[in-house]
Amino acid sequence: MHFSPTPMHIPDGFLSLIISIICWIITASVIGLAISKTNKSLGEKQIPLMGVMAAFIFAAQMINFPVAGGTSGHLLGGAMAAIVLGPWAGMLVMTSVIAVQGLLFQDGGLVVMGANILNMGLVTAAVGYGLYRSTAGQSKAVKLGVAGVAAWLSVMTGALLTSLQLWLSGTSDLQIVIPAMLGVHALIGLGEALITVSALAFIMQTRPDLLGEGSESAKGSRNWVFVGGLIAVLVVLFSPLASADPDGLERVATDVGFINAGQSAPYSIIPDYTLPFLGETAISTILAGVIGVIVVGAVIALIGRGLKARA
Amino acid sequence: MPVTHVKSSFQIPDCEGDVLTVKDLHFSYPDGHAALHGISLKLCNGDKVALVGPNGAGKSTLMLHLNGILGGHGEVEVSGQRLTRENLPAIRAMVGLVFQNPDDQLFSPTVFEDVAFGPLHMGLPEADVRARVDAALEAVRMSAYRDRLSHHLSVGEKKRIAIATVLSMNPSLLILDEPSAGLDPRARRTLINLLRELPITMLVSTHDMKLVQELFPRTIVMDEGLVVADGLTREILEDENLLTAHGLEKP
Amino acid sequence: MHFDAFDRYHEKESFLHRLDPRVKALVTVTFIVSNALLPDGAWLAFGFAWIFLIAANLLSQLGIGYTFKRSLVALPFALIAITVLFSIPGQPLFTFQLFNSHLVITDAGLLRFLSILVRSWLSVQMAILLVAVTRFPDLIHALEHLKVPAILTTIIAFLYRYLFVLTDEVFRLIRARESRSAASAGNRAGGGIFWRAKVAGNMAGQLFLRSYERSDRIYNAMLSRGYSGHLYTLNPHEMKSRDYYVTALAIVVIFIVQILGRF
Repeated sequence: MHFSPTPMHIPDGFLSLIISIICWIITASVIGLAISKTNKSLGEKQIPLMGVMAAFIFAAQMINFPVAGGTSGHLLGGAMAAIVLGPWAGMLVMTSVIAVQGLLFQDGGLVVMGANILNMGLVTAAVGYGLYRSTAGQSKAVKLGVAGVAAWLSVMTGALLTSLQLWLSGTSDLQIVIPAMLGVHALIGLGEALITVSALAFIMQTRPDLLGEGSESAKGSRNWVFVGGLIAVLVVLFSPLASADPDGLERVATDVGFINAGQSAPYSIIPDYTLPFLGETAISTILAGVIGVIVVGAVIALIGRGLKARA
Repeated sequence: MPVTHVKSSFQIPDCEGDVLTVKDLHFSYPDGHAALHGISLKLCNGDKVALVGPNGAGKSTLMLHLNGILGGHGEVEVSGQRLTRENLPAIRAMVGLVFQNPDDQLFSPTVFEDVAFGPLHMGLPEADVRARVDAALEAVRMSAYRDRLSHHLSVGEKKRIAIATVLSMNPSLLILDEPSAGLDPRARRTLINLLRELPITMLVSTHDMKLVQELFPRTIVMDEGLVVADGLTREILEDENLLTAHGLEKP
Repeated sequence: MHFDAFDRYHEKESFLHRLDPRVKALVTVTFIVSNALLPDGAWLAFGFAWIFLIAANLLSQLGIGYTFKRSLVALPFALIAITVLFSIPGQPLFTFQLFNSHLVITDAGLLRFLSILVRSWLSVQMAILLVAVTRFPDLIHALEHLKVPAILTTIIAFLYRYLFVLTDEVFRLIRARESRSAASAGNRAGGGIFWRAKVAGNMAGQLFLRSYERSDRIYNAMLSRGYSGHLYTLNPHEMKSRDYYVTALAIVVIFIVQILGRF
């Protein structure tokens, strides 16, 4: 009984291993940074706060409002979590939500979770907070307006990243997946924007201290404006470019070595006992052999441990 | 707890069921748990009826059927209209259901907006909406709270506002779930006076037997998904066996 | 809403249930990685992996079709991959007209598409089995043992603890809104889209405030019991010999699957 507000949760099997690993590396680094930052700013209060907030985001994703013809608008929450809790805490909260969605409800895969967290938790928070942060000192109306745009852009950025990952994994055709994903999410983003703005307005009215001076929301450094803005600008520039000249992009990607359209299995790490990027060289054969030895050694060691545990 | 048969010695004035008629309502939850085993009752204009019974008897479940939130087998008629999926919005204008926890009911920032929600959803013109909000707040004696933030109110105040949010739709039937639960004596007294003065047909579920005795001439006793007694309050409260059999105490 | 609506765990005393949660988590992830490593069209390997999955289903005492029945949930996402049918160069198999385009399904495209589906289908089933035979709190412990930062696992634990409470509140809020969503003859009911979004945002905002203030109360309760920033947990899990054997066996099976995949 779980509700998914957007079709962005990628299941296992749809991303290549290399893309999954790259996304995991990025995600793990950012999370590590987020942990050290929240340790400093929130102190010991952070755990119950972020825990309950994670449950809040999860539950809030179920709130709907009828849009038209049977469809409903929903909240994904990345921008909102970052705006209200501060960017780093917001990222940790979203990470937990996406982790539980994947682990418990299989909404999103396990190996591809790094990508899902990046798309729905990190980038949405960065763009959402970055744009909002630029309104420091402005009127309520400006803040809310920008927050709405921020929320919309955060969803679009996540959708674009998702499309790129799918394309680079050889799962989807660039020319189709980008317009499809961006098109669908332009509407979903609208729902996100509306609810985010309305929820923030509510909080401003009832607990202005949570969003005012000195709150977690205001404490994020101004650099976020740059980061969030940069990502947003890349999105705005990149998507029409990508749709307009997909062949150009494919060419670039092939040159860099990401894609080999003709091969049937360009993404396996050890095809035919060689490693890609190294080609059929002696080094890769040796490496493959080493891996084989490690595997056998591990099996033997485990059996040894098992015998010991019995004793 | 074995359920006893309906007592036929209680006298209630003959009633056509012009406000509410429930005929043989059955309901089971998706997980198989059977909550209602055939409920039948009638409410007439002006009735003030208490609904009592132990926890798990099905009182809340029954109430959720009366405005169509849950749908079981059997008939529910409100003011002569059969409750069907199609006319749910119309039924909801006639049946005002107030939940036990006022926090569930108050989801707008200000009191005014919460009370205005019902009429706004109904599509009424602005002047009508304002008039209804003022009338509803007046009826619960909370006119001074019009622009307050719901968030800041006490439990007792929230409960009265919650009633107002429903009154603004001008329902013909008011259904309250445990209205006096969690109230201090003063708030409770205020609530009792309010309910006494509201000239509207009422069905109120409660554990507060003193409230029953003071306000409601008629009582329906439920247990294990069935109506086990339906009659004059003063007679039911005299029947010690009945009360004990269904986990109730004399006030 | 029933209190165990969010529980995926099915209580049994099977061999799988009794395995250390770390082993189960690792084997699941390794299985998924193994699937990702298999090239397109490695049917022999996919078949062998599937047999492993069925064996796990049987060992769990949950029935041979347990994971299969629940696996179809992820199917809609397959639409995303449909484009590979047409975009990978190869021998044409089927052609048809769609609007003005002439679409050709190639053999390589079909192979890729089916392989993606099979990988995904196998992987999601193993993930389903994992949470069916492992209590979620145990799974969280396993993550901690596997070096996931404690702060994250604690947040997840809190999420799990308060998930039901908060989603129940949401359901009640939605119910309250529904109860007042009435119509009167002669007027257009429902309000405009902006008003509806505003109401939804109000509900979210309400829920947020309540959650925020609830976390304050929780924090106070923790302080009252001596909390000073660090959560200590006991380590209830000890690797038994069968855990080591199962891990070794799983590695062997995965290795065989990978070798089969190269043919």
